[in-house]
Amino acid sequence: MKGALVFWPPTASARAAEVDHVVIAFTVVLLCLTVPIFLFMTYCAWKYRAGRAADRSHPQARNLKIELSWMLIPFGLALIFFVWAARIYDDELHPPPNALQIDAIGRQWMWKFQHPGGQAEINDLHVPMNEPVRINLISQDVVHALYIPALRIQMDAIPGRATFLWFDADRAGKYRLYCSEFCGTDHSRMAGTLYVMEPKDYEAWLAAQGSVAGLAEQGRELFSRFGCSGCHERGSTVRAPSLAGLYGSPVPLEDGRIVTADVSYIMDKILYPDQNKIAGYKQKMPSFDGKISDSDLLRIVAFIRSIGTT
Amino acid sequence: MSELVLRDAPPPVATIGRPETYLNDGQTIRSWLFTTDHKRIGVLYLISITFFFIIGAIAAGLIRLALVVPDGSILTNDIYNKLFTLHGVIMVWFFLVPSIPNVLGNFLLPIMIGAKDVAFPRLNLLSWYIFMGAAVFELFVLIAGGVDTGWTFYTPLSTIYSNSWVIPAVLGVIVVGFSSILTGVNFITTVHTMRAPGMTWFRMPLFVWSMYATSLILVLATPVLTMAMVLLFYERAFGIGVFDPGAGGDPVMFQHLFWFYSHPVVYVMVLPGMGVMSELVTAFAYKRVFGYTFIAYSSMAIAAIGFFVWGHHMFFNGISEYSGMSFSLLSFAVAVPSAIKVYNWAATIHKGEIRLATPMLYAMGWIALFVVGGITGLFLASLGIDAHVHDTYFVVAHFHYIMVGATVLAFLGGIHYWWPKITGKMYPEFWGRVSALFMFVGFNMTFAPQFVLGYLGMPRRYHTYPPQFQFLNILSSAGATVLAAAYLFPLAYLLWSIRYGRDAPPNPWDARGLEWTIPSPPPPHNFEEVPVVDFEPYDYPNRIPEA
Repeated sequence: MKGALVFWPPTASARAAEVDHVVIAFTVVLLCLTVPIFLFMTYCAWKYRAGRAADRSHPQARNLKIELSWMLIPFGLALIFFVWAARIYDDELHPPPNALQIDAIGRQWMWKFQHPGGQAEINDLHVPMNEPVRINLISQDVVHALYIPALRIQMDAIPGRATFLWFDADRAGKYRLYCSEFCGTDHSRMAGTLYVMEPKDYEAWLAAQGSVAGLAEQGRELFSRFGCSGCHERGSTVRAPSLAGLYGSPVPLEDGRIVTADVSYIMDKILYPDQNKIAGYKQKMPSFDGKISDSDLLRIVAFIRSIGTT
Repeated sequence: MSELVLRDAPPPVATIGRPETYLNDGQTIRSWLFTTDHKRIGVLYLISITFFFIIGAIAAGLIRLALVVPDGSILTNDIYNKLFTLHGVIMVWFFLVPSIPNVLGNFLLPIMIGAKDVAFPRLNLLSWYIFMGAAVFELFVLIAGGVDTGWTFYTPLSTIYSNSWVIPAVLGVIVVGFSSILTGVNFITTVHTMRAPGMTWFRMPLFVWSMYATSLILVLATPVLTMAMVLLFYERAFGIGVFDPGAGGDPVMFQHLFWFYSHPVVYVMVLPGMGVMSELVTAFAYKRVFGYTFIAYSSMAIAAIGFFVWGHHMFFNGISEYSGMSFSLLSFAVAVPSAIKVYNWAATIHKGEIRLATPMLYAMGWIALFVVGGITGLFLASLGIDAHVHDTYFVVAHFHYIMVGATVLAFLGGIHYWWPKITGKMYPEFWGRVSALFMFVGFNMTFAPQFVLGYLGMPRRYHTYPPQFQFLNILSSAGATVLAAAYLFPLAYLLWSIRYGRDAPPNPWDARGLEWTIPSPPPPHNFEEVPVVDFEPYDYPNRIPEA
């Protein structure tokens, strides 16, 4: 068993801390309203148990004042929390106009984030801290939802409808992000990491993104030239597995075996797609055996490796 | 169970000299399959839904097994998704919705109001046949082909992107809806037209009130589900653009239609449980219920307000801020009548003569679990909190506290309470208490860790998860094994009691209510002569008669 035992999620924004405050205060109030019921019932079950002598005179079957009091007082108390939580919701729906805008595209089964300067990343999201960030969400296929527990926030990404969420992270670090709306076979793999960075680190990261080259970058170009992106990338109408995060991860096959997606598996799949059929998919991919040079094949594999998360 | 019932009944010759009961009135399979007796139909439903509960529970067991490891190496994602869809579809439509209404409601509602049957006995049998047809078909579809959309069938995953058997699964759900509607119509008509002389509305047992409220929801909400499913069917089968944005549709509209049914249907699962509670608490506190009219009206209030809270499933799909706030406020409001009931039951126990028999243990467990389920519902109804816990294990834990904790415990408590009436046999009390305790412990061990998991941020319907969530997942799975054992106990000793249990007297609990004035098991037409009701409900003398 890996990982320390935790009972409270990390908190990375002022709003997240406020959500925690509402939760704690509401819990206290609700315990005050309900624990007495349990104590009272236990006490009665003991005091008035059958066969025990106890004063049972003048039992009541109705009492309007009591009825109204336990109807209205808890409701009144709960309304405080309705208002408090609604104010947080109001804040979530009104981003400051000067927020940094990042586009998020959800598709089966990956998140693609695009920064204003054109830098793009898959499943990972780098943002500066102490600056409002607005994530504009769209989906290219089914309904997804971007969920960042450390910020206590989520929003659906819906095809044909633009949504957004915004936050102002105040603590640098790595936090998890997920897709929280069930979106099909690999829903639970549609997860990644949020990097909250010092503004200067964020600038440095952006700059570094602009100068990536090499095998993987050439592979990216070949990836579209050979038509791979037609099915394996966003905007395609064919349902093919996303290759983001594929490298190094286990792949369940139709015949029940599970193989690890290493370089040889990926090469075999490109050359002989009819072998090692993947569970949950229709095999539609054409074979590239004899149609691609070895060097180009390596470049494409390098690109697929580069979008892997491990 | 049917074979046992049949085997237990003596051969026809021996019935001479024995009182005629609904069980020995005809002993052929045919006499059961073509019966129009509401009691026999109730028993048919009991056998059917028990079977489907076991199927759904096995799927749940496999899900919990898969979640013992974080990397999803036990099942494939595809099989995992099909399993939780099977679990949801079977449990919601083929166990929870028909559980208390169609078993206990069918058996008891006519007797409780002094009628000899429901208003439309043949419609009642038809409802069972529709249910069975849909259920067997759905089970075949979910096992042979599988569906990987979740029981919510969200578009466009269900209409365009899923490669599984969505169309037949949707047809099964459409068909089973008609069974709900027929039962609802039948109960409403029965309550309106078949009450015995003197059985005024405010002399009806609170169980009947809850059945009435439930039936109103079934009749009003189910057609909306049918519409949503028919549109989904058209879109998937014929490509008609209703929900597909590419063809000018709106996927969010499906969510509105779906939850317009599926939230009220939560109250179809909870209201009957509340009705059972009122019967159990009064009988075992041996006291008049506190605030009869408040409890009766609160059932109606829940049924009414329950229709206006569906949007709380959709706070984060881009609905307008004012819709979000309205739905949140209404969701707070719907908690009020539920709270009334809980406080009233607690007050009922005060100055009672309390016997902690098995049904009462289930009842007290029920109240605890329902309160936890209810107050965690308030967290989900709070907009800013829901932003964090929506679609996480917090939701999973919450609705299992309501549906398993409240509905299943009420169902089992009611089954124990009325078992002597249904079968004419007493169950073994000791084992009953053991099972009630195991159920309570196993249930909390399974679902309490999921509240923590949800708040930590584990999304629901996740086959793989970060390793730091593993401990709590293992704890939850361990609880599920305790819970499974707790389910097997009653199955075993209740079946045992049919053959070996001691004969039940007409009123083993000294309880009030018309069902306890007739023999156990009841004669085919319930009452020798039409009862005249000249007493108030729950008119307990506040002192158990000396044995």
